[in-house]
Amino acid sequence: MEFLSNLVNGISLGSVYAVIALGYTMVYGIARMLNFAHGDIIMVGGYICFIVMTSLGLPSIVGILAAVVVCTILGITIERVAYKPLRSAPSLAVLITAIGVSYLLQNLALLIWGSDPKSFTSVVSMEPLRLFDGSLVITGETIVTIVVSAIIMAALTLFVNRTKVGHAMLAVSEDKGAAQLMGINVNATISLTFAIGSALAAVAGVLLCSAQPSLLPTTGAMPGIKAFVAAVFGGIGSIPGAMIGGVLLGIIEILSKYYISSQISDAIVFAVLIVVLLVRPAGILGKQIREKV
Amino acid sequence: MALLEVNHLGIVFGGLHAVDKFSLKIEKGQLYGLIGPNGAGKTTIFNMLTGVYKPNEGEIILDGMNITGMHPEKISKAGIARTFQNIRLFNDMTVLDNVKVGLHNQVRYSTLSGILRLPSYHEKENIMRGKAMSLLKIFGLEDEAYQKASNLPYGKQRKLEIARALATNPKLLLLDEPAAGMNPNETAELAETIHFVRNQFGVAILLIEHDMSFVMELCEKIVVVDYGSIIAQGDAQTVRNDPRVIAAYLGGE
Amino acid sequence: MNLKNISRTTRQNLVTYAIVIVAFAVIQVMSAAGMLSNSLTGQLIPICSYIIMAVSLNLTVGVLGELSLGHAGFMSVGAFSSAFFSVAVGDALPTWLTMILALLIGTAVAGVFGILIGIPVLRLQGDYLAIVTLAFGEIIKNLLNAFYIGIDGSGLHISMKDANALNMDESGRVIIKGAQGITGVNRMSTFTIGFVLVLITLVIVLNLIHSRTGRAIMSIRDNRIAAESVGINVTKYKMIAFTISAALAGMAGALYAHSLATVVAKKFDYNTSILILVFVVVGGMGNIRGSVIAAAILTVLPELLRSFSDYRMLVYAIVLILMMLFKQSPQIRSFCASVWERLRFGRLQAFFDRKKAQNTKKGA
Repeated sequence: MEFLSNLVNGISLGSVYAVIALGYTMVYGIARMLNFAHGDIIMVGGYICFIVMTSLGLPSIVGILAAVVVCTILGITIERVAYKPLRSAPSLAVLITAIGVSYLLQNLALLIWGSDPKSFTSVVSMEPLRLFDGSLVITGETIVTIVVSAIIMAALTLFVNRTKVGHAMLAVSEDKGAAQLMGINVNATISLTFAIGSALAAVAGVLLCSAQPSLLPTTGAMPGIKAFVAAVFGGIGSIPGAMIGGVLLGIIEILSKYYISSQISDAIVFAVLIVVLLVRPAGILGKQIREKV
Repeated sequence: MALLEVNHLGIVFGGLHAVDKFSLKIEKGQLYGLIGPNGAGKTTIFNMLTGVYKPNEGEIILDGMNITGMHPEKISKAGIARTFQNIRLFNDMTVLDNVKVGLHNQVRYSTLSGILRLPSYHEKENIMRGKAMSLLKIFGLEDEAYQKASNLPYGKQRKLEIARALATNPKLLLLDEPAAGMNPNETAELAETIHFVRNQFGVAILLIEHDMSFVMELCEKIVVVDYGSIIAQGDAQTVRNDPRVIAAYLGGE
Repeated sequence: MNLKNISRTTRQNLVTYAIVIVAFAVIQVMSAAGMLSNSLTGQLIPICSYIIMAVSLNLTVGVLGELSLGHAGFMSVGAFSSAFFSVAVGDALPTWLTMILALLIGTAVAGVFGILIGIPVLRLQGDYLAIVTLAFGEIIKNLLNAFYIGIDGSGLHISMKDANALNMDESGRVIIKGAQGITGVNRMSTFTIGFVLVLITLVIVLNLIHSRTGRAIMSIRDNRIAAESVGINVTKYKMIAFTISAALAGMAGALYAHSLATVVAKKFDYNTSILILVFVVVGGMGNIRGSVIAAAILTVLPELLRSFSDYRMLVYAIVLILMMLFKQSPQIRSFCASVWERLRFGRLQAFFDRKKAQNTKKGA
C-alpha cells in the first residue's frame, strides 16, 4: 500500500515534470536551443497566481488564467527580444543569453517579491481520496495534477498531429528552410511554440506550488533542470518522449527518496539518466541521426 | 601482389544493396578512376575502404593486411588517405596547421614535451613545419599558410584537402571528386598536380570524378559502377565503348 | 614570413602573460598603498581560482568543442580532497609543504575523476554530452552533501547517516560532516599562490594548444570525421583534453578551499558551472586571454556594482544579455556598424569642410 501511495505521488510529480519538459522539448525541436529560462517561467506563473489569489483575493480560476496569460506574453516577449536576433548565432551564444534571461527573471522576482518564501494557497479544494478503508490516501492536489497533466498531454498531441498549425510546427522542426519555401511563417510558428511552452510552464507552476506551497524566486530552477533532464531522458525534441521521461523521472525520484535515501535521491535520478543515455545515446524515443559523409 | 585487393565487397542500407559484389585490384602507383552515375554507390565504396562504414560482406586487403571493418583511424595508419566530396577541412585552424594535423602520425612527440617545451618539441616542430610547407608548395598554397582554412577559395580548399591527405604518407590516396567546382584551367592544372604527386610520392590514386575527359586522360584504368555493381572495368578505350556504360550514362537501353 | 608569423602566436601568448603579471604587480602596489577595499581584497583569491576554472573549461568547450555543464563538480572534488588532506594532516607538516601537497592532491584526484567520468561522457555527443556533465556535477554535489567521513587510529570511517554512525574510537575526528562540509580549514591560500597557479595554468594550456596534441584536439572540434581520416585517435585526445581540464579545475578548487574556513558542497553546484561557462563564452570560445579577462572582470563586476546594491545582479543579467546580443546578432551588429560609419563619415566630412573653408579663407 505504501508502495502504491509512493507510486501515485511519483506519477503526480512526474506529470508536472512532463508538462514542463514538453515546453523544453518543443522549443528545442523547433528552435534548436536549450531554453534555460524555461524553469523561471514556472516561478513567474506561481507568483502571478499567488498575487491574484492572495493579494487581490480573486478566485483561483482567475489566478490560473492570469498566470497563463502573463507567462504566454512573457515567453513571446523573451523570444522576440533575446532569442530572435540570435537565430543564426552559434548555439552556445543562445544558451548564454538564455542563462542571462534566467538570471534576469530570478532577480526581478527577488526585487519585486523579496527573498522570503510566500506560502502559496493551493488552488485545489478537492477532498483527499481514501481507498482501501483509508490505508491509501491520495490528496486532491495529486489527483488534479495527474488529471490536468493528462488532459494537457492529450490535447497537445492532438494539436500537433491533427491541426494545420501543428503540422507547421512539425515541418519547421524538421527543416526550417524547406518549411519557409512551403509558405509556412517560420517566425510566427516559433513564437507560437514559445507561447505554448510558456503557458504550459504557467500551469506547471501553479500545480507545483499547490503541491509544495512555498514560493521563492528560485522555485523554478530545480524543477526546470529536472524537466530538462526528463526531456533528454525521453529523447529531446520528441513530444511523447518528454511525457514518458517526465513521468519516469518523477517515479524514480519519489521511490528513491522513500526507499533509499532522501539526501541522494537527486543523485540517483541523474545516475539513471546517465545509464539510459549510455545504453540509448539519443534518449528513450530519440532518433539517432547518422552523419552523412 | 597488388597494393589493394577488394573482394566481393557489399553493404546493405535498410534492405537495399547500396554496393554489391564490388571487386577491385590496384597496383602500386597506379592511377585508377571510379565513375558512375549519381547515386551509383561510389562514395559508399570510399566510405567502406576508409572504415567510415563497415561492409556487410567481402574483404579489403591493403598491402597484404586485411583491413576490412577496421576503424578509420587505424586504416589511415595502415596507409589509406582520402578527401571528401563535401570538403571537410579543419576550418578554424590555419592552412599550415591543417597539414600539420595530417602529419600527426609521421612526426611524433609526447603531450608532455609539448607542454614543457622540451628540446624534442622544438626539433620535431621544425621538421613538421618544413614538411608541411613543402607539401603546401606543391599545391601553390604556401602564401596562404597562415590563413584560416575556411577563408580559402573553393578550389584551394580542395587542394588543401589533398595536401592534408598526402601528409599522412599514404600508400593509396582516395580523391572524391577533386575537380568539382573547378574551371577548365584549374582542372588541367589539377591533373598535372595529380600526375606529379603520383610520380613524386609513388602513391596509388583512386579517384571519383564526373568530368569524363579528366578521368579518361588521367587514369590508367577505370571501373564503372551503377546501382552498386560493377558494369565495366578496363582502360579508357574499353570503358568508353562499352554498351552498358553508354546506356548507364545516356539512360535507357 | 615564416618567422614573423611564428612569433605572432608567441607574441600573443606573451601579451597574455604580461597582462596577468602587470595586473598582479598593480594589485600588489595598490594593496600595499591601502587602496583596495576589504571586499575587493577578499575577492583576489576567488578571482584567481575562477580564472583557472575559466581557462580550464575553455580547454573543454572552446578547444575540444564539447559543452560541459558540470565543471564545478571537478572544482568540488579538488576542494574536498585537498581540504580533507590538510585538515587530516593538521600541523604535522610545515604549512608550505601541506599547501603544496594539498594542491597536488586536489589536482590529481580531480584528474582521476576526469578520467572516470570522461570514459562514459565522451562517448556521447552535443547536448547529450552536456546534460550528462550536468548530471555528474549534481551527483558529486549530492553525494558530498550526504557523506560523513572520519579518521581515527584504525583508519578511515565512512557513513551516509550521521557522525555517530562512524563508530570511531576516542582519537577519532570527523572531517567531512555531510551538508556542513569540512570545517576548520587552514586558510593557507594567498594571492601570490593564486597568481603563480594562474601562470602555471596558462603555460600548460597555451603550450598544449600550440603543440601536436593541441592541434589533434582542435581537429576533432573542427571536423571529427576528417580527424579520424588522417589517423587521429579521437577518444584518446578527447580524454587528454577532458582530463587536463578536470585536473586544473581540481587545482582551482584546492586553491579556493584553502581561502575559506569551511568547505561546503553547495558552493560548487550547477550555478557555479554556469557562471564559469559564462566567463568562457563572454571571453570568447577558444580565446584563453579572453577567459582570463572575462573571469576577472565578471567576478569583480558585482562588487563594483555594490552601489546599486539590490539591483546589481539584475544589472549583471542585463549586461550579459546585451553583450551576447551585440556580439552575436548580425542585424544588431550591422546596425551598429552603420551608425558608427555615419558618425565617422560625418566627422570626416565636417573636418574636410572646415579645411576647405580655411583654404578658401587663406586664398581670399
